[in-house]
Amino acid sequence: MKIYNAKLIIPGLLIFVVMVTFPIWYNKGSAAPPPEPSLNTPAIQRMAEKQCVLPKDQMRTDHMQLLNEWRTEVVRNGNRLYVAWDGKEYNMSLQNECMRCHSNKSEFCDTCHVYAGLKSGSQPYCWTCHIAPKENK
Amino acid sequence: MLERALTGSQKYYRLLMGLLILMGMGFAAYLYQLNTGLTITGLSRDVSWGFYIAQFTFLVGVAASAVMVVLPYYLHNVKVFGRITILGEFLAVASVTMCLLFIIVDLGKPMRLLNVILYPSPNSILFWDMIVLNGYLFLNIVIGWNVLEAERKGTDSPSWLKPLIYLSIPWAISIHTVTAFLYAGLPGRHLWLHSILAARFLASAFASGPALLILLALVLRKYTKFDAGKEAIDKLSQIVLYGMLVSIFFIGLEFFTAFYSNIPSHQHGLLYLFVGLDGYGKLVPFMWLFALLALAAVVLLINPKTRKDEKTLKIACLCVFFSMWIEKGLGLVIGGFIPNPFEQVREYLPTVPELIITMGIWATGFFVLTILYKIAVSVKEEVE
Amino acid sequence: MESNRRSFLKIGGICALGLGALPVTKALARKALPQVSDFPEALKANQWAMVVDMKKCWEQADRDCKDCILACHQYHNVPDIGTIKEEIKWLWQESYHDTFHDQATKFNIANIEHNPIMVLCNHCTSPPCVRVCPTKATFKDKKSGIVKMDYHRCIGCRFCMAGCPYGARSFNFRDPIPYIKTELNMAYPARERGVVEKCSFCTERLARGLFPACVEACRHGALTFGDITDADSPVRKLLAENYSIKRRPELGTGPNVYYII
Repeated sequence: MKIYNAKLIIPGLLIFVVMVTFPIWYNKGSAAPPPEPSLNTPAIQRMAEKQCVLPKDQMRTDHMQLLNEWRTEVVRNGNRLYVAWDGKEYNMSLQNECMRCHSNKSEFCDTCHVYAGLKSGSQPYCWTCHIAPKENK
Repeated sequence: MLERALTGSQKYYRLLMGLLILMGMGFAAYLYQLNTGLTITGLSRDVSWGFYIAQFTFLVGVAASAVMVVLPYYLHNVKVFGRITILGEFLAVASVTMCLLFIIVDLGKPMRLLNVILYPSPNSILFWDMIVLNGYLFLNIVIGWNVLEAERKGTDSPSWLKPLIYLSIPWAISIHTVTAFLYAGLPGRHLWLHSILAARFLASAFASGPALLILLALVLRKYTKFDAGKEAIDKLSQIVLYGMLVSIFFIGLEFFTAFYSNIPSHQHGLLYLFVGLDGYGKLVPFMWLFALLALAAVVLLINPKTRKDEKTLKIACLCVFFSMWIEKGLGLVIGGFIPNPFEQVREYLPTVPELIITMGIWATGFFVLTILYKIAVSVKEEVE
Repeated sequence: MESNRRSFLKIGGICALGLGALPVTKALARKALPQVSDFPEALKANQWAMVVDMKKCWEQADRDCKDCILACHQYHNVPDIGTIKEEIKWLWQESYHDTFHDQATKFNIANIEHNPIMVLCNHCTSPPCVRVCPTKATFKDKKSGIVKMDYHRCIGCRFCMAGCPYGARSFNFRDPIPYIKTELNMAYPARERGVVEKCSFCTERLARGLFPACVEACRHGALTFGDITDADSPVRKLLAENYSIKRRPELGTGPNVYYII
């Protein structure tokens, strides 16, 4: 069997393979360590029982859905009070409630978001309007 | 059939290349706008729609070119239009494409465009405009393509196409009506708040659409073997004449209501456009140019000698096209915002990036048009 | 025939069962957590309205008083872009002549033509901005009558700006955050480039039992806030005792900001 235009096809294929595998070999050996979001803030330290709105595992996977539901309730339905599964009450507000405890955005939110490679400067676009707490570094 | 767009003369390629360069420039300017915001335009808090939306409004009119050949051909059996219905339909495709692009570049948050479908709001005329424009685009693509395909094969067009063709006629009326309703139902915008606005849109569309069609047919005859036929062009020019006369008549009606009633708020918009208001009058020269061009067009079209002479007909069509472009594509939309709700005059003129983006979209439209016409003409040349 | 009747009965039975089960599921749902509600201290009204007593405003020796505007713009992180073209304003001043151009006369008492009028969103009863919005990004809140903005949903088509006959809406032509010149209010968000914004009657403060920032800030009691549907509300009392006007009532929008001149 003879390949026509092999002179062009084979280098072309090579370039294609190199480009497709680019992310793999470019990042080789520089695996980022898994993130460890810090819970070390004064507000969390003061808590007797360190418990978020949902159980930890659920928060980890579903916090964006929760935030979106809160958004809809507050903006569209005018409800602002959330009674959680454990009976605790929360003000449905990213800026005023979530960040009250998690006042360390760069060590809590950003660590995972950067690791997961979220777009727009490695931040979800919540922060283009919502104001992050000032951190004393 | 698409492959016919790929082979062509040197001139054809050069035209496409030229258009691609303009499109690229427009796209670059749009990226700039996307990253900086609409601050790069001349738009303001008071004149919140400008050149983009005005172009959109004008081009909805040009899209009527299709109905003005389809209607006589299918409903009145005007045989001479048989050869050019395809030109009308493809022109409609190109203009509706431009319309949609102009809406997109005007959005502050184009990435959220699909919210219009995610949260359908039948109370908003913009929602209906999206439906009628996309529907009209779809109808003309399907109809144009299938009629051409049938012509190439030497068969009759498929029978399911007929209902669609008939549907496209009222549909064409709907795109103007709905687009006019965007404006004609807003309380407190007196230049627009007239029941005649939709009728005015239709009349001006029946002038500007066929006028461009005549010019395009003449261009095609010069550079290709495709000839629309003297009779078809003559018929079209009569349509342009009537469209133009009715348009001017309707504009006159607006003047009567505003000035005989002597209600200041109804006069302000017209005064701003034609003589200036509170010492502001950036659009005044344009509006008088419109009046002059419109007059010239009517004079040239009404006289059978000048209407039938191609040289003067060309001039007349150019006059129609540009006068209507000024009237709808500049005056109507911008004038509606002046004066603002506090009766203060805040003027608007497009900026350079805004003009480049606009040019890019026009180039896109002509790129689409060139390719579609190339296909149509190749098929027709082949058949003959 | 027979089978038809049988299936009809079946379907009817299921429907009846479903209806019967409704209160039960509701009762169950009431207990289930999580749930959402208003804050207990939230202020409620069928239709919030404002009465602006311009006489009180004009009587002040300090004619440059802009407390209400500053309070509003500081509270809501409203940027100061610095050009008329892209100005963003929720509450601002226009002259009597420009605001009430339909009733301006040359020979008005005490030359009020050039006196300032406080203008803001009228939170209309029948708002044209809501009617024209293609995404329901601006909507009339049924609970409070406030015309609200959903900044997450707005596509920036600016149809509402063309629809509003009061010029109450501003568009973010550029990223507003660098232009917030007042001290940032950490409790309230800013806006993004490309959306329309306007006065919200301080929805978020009402939810916490507080009156709007402007009403609270006015030292001279020129701004009164209350439920227009409640005959005992302070706004209704003021309207019953004073002659008042509204902006462009002939347009049928039903503005809910009243002016005592």
